[in-house]
Amino acid sequence: MVLKIFFPQCCNRAESGLLVGRWISGHDSAVVLAVIHYPFIPGQVKQYIQQMQAQSGVELTVLGSWSLPKEGQESMESFLRDLSTIFPQQRWLQVSRQMGKMGFIWHRYSLAIHPEEKVIFVHYEQRKVMLSQLHPTESGDPDPNTEPSSELKQVFQTVARSQPLFFLDRYDDGPLKSTHWQSEGREASIIVELLKQASVPLCMLISWLLALWTWISVSSVSCRIFSLYPLRFLSSKLSTCVQISYRTEHMRTLSSPKPAAGHKQFMRKGNILVSFLVDVGLGILLMSWLYRDDHIATLANMLMPAADHVAKELEELLQWLMGAPAGLKMNRALDQVLGRFFLYHIHLWISYIHLMSPFIEGILWYGGLSVCLGLTFALSLLSDMVALLTFHIYCFYVYGARLYCLKIYGLSSLWRLFRGKKWNVLRQRVDSCSYDVDQLFIGTLLFTILLFLLPTTALYYLVFTLLRLVVVLFQGILHLSVDFINSFPLFAMGLRIFRPYRLAEGVKFQVLCDEPGTALHLLMEINPLKCSTVVQTYRTPTYSCYPRDSWAALVKKLFVGELIYPWRHKSTKAD
Amino acid sequence: MEDEAFTDISGKPISLDCQSHSSFCREFIISSPKVSMGKVMVYTCSVWLLAYAVFFFTQNTAVLSGAILVTLVGMMLHIHFVKVDHESLLVIGSLGIQVSSSYASGREITTFIEMSKIKDIVINEAIYMHQIIYYLCVLLKDPSEPDAVSSVVPLFQVRMSISQEPV
Repeated sequence: MVLKIFFPQCCNRAESGLLVGRWISGHDSAVVLAVIHYPFIPGQVKQYIQQMQAQSGVELTVLGSWSLPKEGQESMESFLRDLSTIFPQQRWLQVSRQMGKMGFIWHRYSLAIHPEEKVIFVHYEQRKVMLSQLHPTESGDPDPNTEPSSELKQVFQTVARSQPLFFLDRYDDGPLKSTHWQSEGREASIIVELLKQASVPLCMLISWLLALWTWISVSSVSCRIFSLYPLRFLSSKLSTCVQISYRTEHMRTLSSPKPAAGHKQFMRKGNILVSFLVDVGLGILLMSWLYRDDHIATLANMLMPAADHVAKELEELLQWLMGAPAGLKMNRALDQVLGRFFLYHIHLWISYIHLMSPFIEGILWYGGLSVCLGLTFALSLLSDMVALLTFHIYCFYVYGARLYCLKIYGLSSLWRLFRGKKWNVLRQRVDSCSYDVDQLFIGTLLFTILLFLLPTTALYYLVFTLLRLVVVLFQGILHLSVDFINSFPLFAMGLRIFRPYRLAEGVKFQVLCDEPGTALHLLMEINPLKCSTVVQTYRTPTYSCYPRDSWAALVKKLFVGELIYPWRHKSTKAD
Repeated sequence: MEDEAFTDISGKPISLDCQSHSSFCREFIISSPKVSMGKVMVYTCSVWLLAYAVFFFTQNTAVLSGAILVTLVGMMLHIHFVKVDHESLLVIGSLGIQVSSSYASGREITTFIEMSKIKDIVINEAIYMHQIIYYLCVLLKDPSEPDAVSSVVPLFQVRMSISQEPV
């Protein structure tokens, strides 16, 4: 078996002393965490190690001795050998290094009966390994008592949990002097400390505001209004309301005063905070553009002529359909009925829009104020406004689809009658059936009528379905971009780009020194996570908006005349 | 090391280098031949001649700049994503196996597989067009079932077939 010693790079030039670290059970390896220098009192060292063990929860022991003799100092061979009796251990490492030479000379005196063991020294950068998180992280609550079976995970966990050990720096007046990555002095940033101090009252403020908001929305006065079915139905359909409730959930997550437990919670909080800030920033930018140079008034003035133009185009379309569209000959009577019905609808719609026109600018002005809540709000508002303004297209589509659907069902059932068959509802299959003569007569008559009226209805259905699909496509693009802004993990991406060692997919080794006669030295570096894996792992779950049907199912629904609602909203709660 | 000439599946010559860092640590490096200047010249000349021909007929200078852009971008993408310079396999006893591919632009992709996850290393055979090729692959353990194999990781993207030629 090969003995592996994980040695921190900062201790390569440390003065002689004791190696403190942890033996990893089951894998025949040791992690060196710090070097405690001479002179020391063994009792104090033992006390210090026990104290650190209690604080960090890591099983620290004295692993062995380290000697880097300076010029003029004789080798302390016998002194070092005697140390192993003071700290009784099962295995005792004795490592020494000559200045100027790369390799470490390794002697070992051990009570175990291994005649010849090979040794690998794996050098690691302590600060990076301490801050890094190996992926795939364990899902669920990590039990601190169970050991992961992977050796590297244990090494990373050991270094990460030994943070209390790294607080002792060389400016401390204590009895012990040690070398680790922070022994030159602890660094801290004033801004980070100030933010930490400010975060607690800020969290309390946000939670108070949230409590106020929930009180308003479920207070006794408005409760009765909001729990009425139509308003609740409306608020679940309007994407602005959905977005508001989604952001409220996020604020609730952020405003909890407890610090994040575990890496996943921390990343989730970070992602939510950063994406919320970016959202609000973009919204404020948009708002400053909107309110400058009187853009709102221009938009409002554009809206009325645009609605009029759309209505005029629709009227022209209907006139064309009522004539001989594309050379097809329509059934005159049905054509006129349907055409005039839809024309009357457009007339009604335009009158309502004209009624509202004086208020448009006011509505836009106050609606524009809510853009400061974020760019996602602006996009949701736009999507809702488009839905409201094209409501007549939706109505026409529903009328045309229902008519067409009825016709298709009637045709299919009468076609079965034409052939002498019937649909058996009990057995869910087609059975043969003998009809009476008068049943056959009426059935055939109706079938012929429906068949010859089919082109007209089909044409109206086709035209309005296409219009509806255009609107749905536009709304879908808006929803997809809102979803993207909501779910993209900006914090995790930033961490991956600027501090790639924090998110580690694995490690990579490089052979440092393989002189014969010395042990093998390897350098362990952190292999950062791939960007695509970062996005996949840290995506914030949203009420995502994705196509409900596959292409084949969609085409089939269109053909039969069923009403299509192509975008489905996923609820955030797990079912 | 005997001087054996190895060839790629497509017939291009490759070279194998074994380094033994220690009694339990070995590194195997397979290098492909470098990008040949002749091929680069042929490709760029043909693309630019075509662009000149189109320019001659349409008199539109955007065609020329488009051709230059396409050649440059294509070359950069090729040496960064496609052209593998060398691949190495570092076997460290009782620690694990490290597989690394290095591309012509200097980009390196490294994967380290721990010893506890490796079930076995085998030579697997596969049918590739009209021939059967043998490739080295690592069998990984399934974390829930210690006996089952969770995935097969082929080593060496540059597929190697040994053909012994008398030197």
